[in-house]
Amino acid sequence: MANLTLIQAVNDGLKVAMRTDPTVLVFGEDVGPKGGVFLATEGLTKEFGESRCFDTPLSEDGIVGAAIGMAANGLKPVCEIQFQDFIFPAFDQIVSEAAKLRYRSGGQYTAPMVIRTPYGGGIRGGLYHSQSGEAYFCHTPGLKVVIPSTPYDAKGLLLASIDDPDPVLFLEPKALYRTLKGEVPEGKYKVDLSTLRTAREGKNVTVFCYGAMVPVCMKAAEQAAEKGIECLVVDLRTLLPLDEEGVIEAAKQTGRVVVVHEAPRFCGFGGEISAIIAENAIEYMEAPIARVTGFDTPFPNTLEHHYMPDDRRVLDAIEHVWSY
Amino acid sequence: MSSTARKADAQGDSRSAQVPARGEFQREESLALFRHMLRVRVLDERMLKLQRAGRVGFVGTAKGLEAALIGSAYALRPHDWLWSGLREGGAAVMRGLPLSEYIAQMYCNSNDTAKGRQMCNHFQHKGSNYPSWSSVIGTQIPHGVGAAFAAKQRGVDEVHAIYFGDGATSSNGFHSGMNLAAVWKVPCYFVCVDNGWAISVCSAKQTAAKSFADKAVAYGMPGREVDGNDVLATLAAAREAHALALGGQPSLIVLKTYRMLGHSSSDDPTKYRDDAEVAAWAAKDPLDRFEALLLSQGAIEKNERARVEGELTAEIDTEIHVQEAAPKMALKTLVEDVYADVPLHLRRQYNRFIAVAERLGHATPGDGAFPL
Repeated sequence: MANLTLIQAVNDGLKVAMRTDPTVLVFGEDVGPKGGVFLATEGLTKEFGESRCFDTPLSEDGIVGAAIGMAANGLKPVCEIQFQDFIFPAFDQIVSEAAKLRYRSGGQYTAPMVIRTPYGGGIRGGLYHSQSGEAYFCHTPGLKVVIPSTPYDAKGLLLASIDDPDPVLFLEPKALYRTLKGEVPEGKYKVDLSTLRTAREGKNVTVFCYGAMVPVCMKAAEQAAEKGIECLVVDLRTLLPLDEEGVIEAAKQTGRVVVVHEAPRFCGFGGEISAIIAENAIEYMEAPIARVTGFDTPFPNTLEHHYMPDDRRVLDAIEHVWSY
Repeated sequence: MSSTARKADAQGDSRSAQVPARGEFQREESLALFRHMLRVRVLDERMLKLQRAGRVGFVGTAKGLEAALIGSAYALRPHDWLWSGLREGGAAVMRGLPLSEYIAQMYCNSNDTAKGRQMCNHFQHKGSNYPSWSSVIGTQIPHGVGAAFAAKQRGVDEVHAIYFGDGATSSNGFHSGMNLAAVWKVPCYFVCVDNGWAISVCSAKQTAAKSFADKAVAYGMPGREVDGNDVLATLAAAREAHALALGGQPSLIVLKTYRMLGHSSSDDPTKYRDDAEVAAWAAKDPLDRFEALLLSQGAIEKNERARVEGELTAEIDTEIHVQEAAPKMALKTLVEDVYADVPLHLRRQYNRFIAVAERLGHATPGDGAFPL
C-alpha cells in the first residue's frame, strides 16, 4: 500500500500496465520526456523507452485515429488528450470509428483502447481547460465512459479499462489530481467497470455524483448529517455502461434524490439518472428529483467557483428534497 | 521505355509507365490482371442490375477505375493490409474476399459477415486483411497509419496500403494520417484514386494544388502522379511505393482516372458534368486499353474477353442465387457486437422489444429473450 494522489495513482496504473503487458503503449502531446502537462506520464519514457511512451504531433484526431489502427492490429494504445476540451477534433474518430468498429464489422474488428483525458473545472482554466463533456460521449453506444474520484479507483479503473476489450474514454477529474490522497495497493488490481460505489451510507436522501463532485457531495452530506439528514452518496464512476440496477436500488432506499454534476444541466447526465429513476422507481419517490449542475452556459473563468456546484448548493438541494 | 508501353499509354499520361520484361511470368501476371479487372466490371454490372431490379439497395461502381484499383492492389502480398476508402471491393475480391461474402454484403443478409449493419458496398474481409471501413471520408487514413505503426512496433513484416479518393485529400484524416506516417516512418503508402469527382465536386474545386501528389511534399514524403487507367503503370508505381514502405518510407501515389458512372446508383452525374468529358475518358477505358495491349502482344485471342466475362458472369450469378435464399437475420444482432458482451441495459431493451414482437407474431423461435 502506498498513500498516493489521484494523479500518482494514474501514473502508477500506467506503469503497472506497461510492465505487465508489452503491447501497452502511451502517447499524446507532451507525454514523453516532459511527462504530460499534469505529469500523469512522468517517468514512463525513461523506464520504457521512446518506443512505448512518446510525444505525437499536435493532432487529436490523428492520435485517436492512429490508436484505432494500432488497436486493430495487436497493440493496446493508451493515448492522452491533453485536455478534454481539445478532444473535439477526435470526436469523429471516437464516435464514428472506435465506438462503431466492433458493431459495423460484426465483431470481426475491434478497437480495444483507452483515451485518457483530464476534464472538469476548478483550476481557473477558463472556457477551454475546464469543460465536462461526458454527456456527449455517453450518448455513444460502443464506448465506455469511466470517471474515477479516488486514487484507489483511478488505478483500479484504469487497469480495468486497459484490459477491457472495448474502447474506453477515461475522464480524469483534474481538480482532484492533487487535492486528496488515498491508499493504493501496489501492483495490479482492477475495479469492475459498470458498478457504482457507495461513498457514504445514509437513509434519508440519495446523492448521485461522480468525479470532482464526489468530495463536494461528501462535504455537503457531512453538513446535512449535522442537521440530522443522513445522505447516501453514490459515486457512479462508470457512466457507460451505467449500473442502472444500482442506481434504481439506491434511489429506492431513500425515495429522495439529488443528482450533481458540473456539466451543464440541459441534456446532461443528471437527466438520464432522473429518467431511469422516474421509469423504474417513481412510486418510491417522496419528493421531486433535484439536479445541481453547472449553468447552461460556457464555462466561466473568474466566476468558476460559482459556476461549479459547491457544498452549499448541494446542501440546499438535499434540504429541499428532504423537507418536501 | 519499350514500344509496347508507349502503345499501352498512347491515350494517356505515360510518365510513370514501366514495362515488364517479356516472358511467361509476365504473361501470366497480365492475364491475371486482365481477369481481375474484368471481374470488377462484371460484378458492378450485375450489382447495378440487381439494384435496378430492387434486389439490393445501393451500388457504388468502380467502372473506369479498374486499372487503378487492381493494378495498385496487385502489388500487395497476401499478409499486407488494404485500408479501403470506398470502391476497392473488387480489389478485395482479388486479394481473397470470397464472392459469396461480397454478394451477401450487397444483400446485407444474414450471410453478411457484418451482419447487415452496414449499407451496401461496405465490404470487409478479415482473412485477407481488408478491414471494415466507415462511410465517413478520410477516417481510415490514420487507422492505416496506426496499424502500420503496430506492425513496425511488433516486428511484423506488413505493408499497409491506404486508399482514398480525391475528395478525402481535404479531410482531417488525410492531413493527420499523412503527417503521422511521415513523422513515424511506418511501413505504409497512400493511394489517392483521383477519379475527378467527389460526388459532384470536381477536383479543381477540391484543391488549388496542381496535383494532389504535390501535397506529399509538405509532409516530407515522395508523391507522384500516375496514369491510373494504365494497369501496368499503376502496378509499377505501387510496387515502388511498397518497396519504399518496406524501408520505412511512406509515399503517396495519385492515380489519375475517371469515374464513368455516378457516385452511386442514387446519383445522376449528367446534372454536373459534361458528356464530352465523359466521352473523352470513355476513349481511355482501362479495360479496352489493356485488352488492346494484350492482343497486340499476342497474349490473348480476340474472343478472350468475352470468354472470361462469360465465366465470371456465371460464377457471380450462381452466388446471387445462393444469396437470394439466405435465412432471415437474427433479431438479436440488433444489440450484439456493440460491446464484447451484451450489457444488461441492452439485454433489457431487447427483451422488451422481443416481448412485443412475440405478442404481435413478428419473432421467430431463435429470437427469444436474453437471460437477465
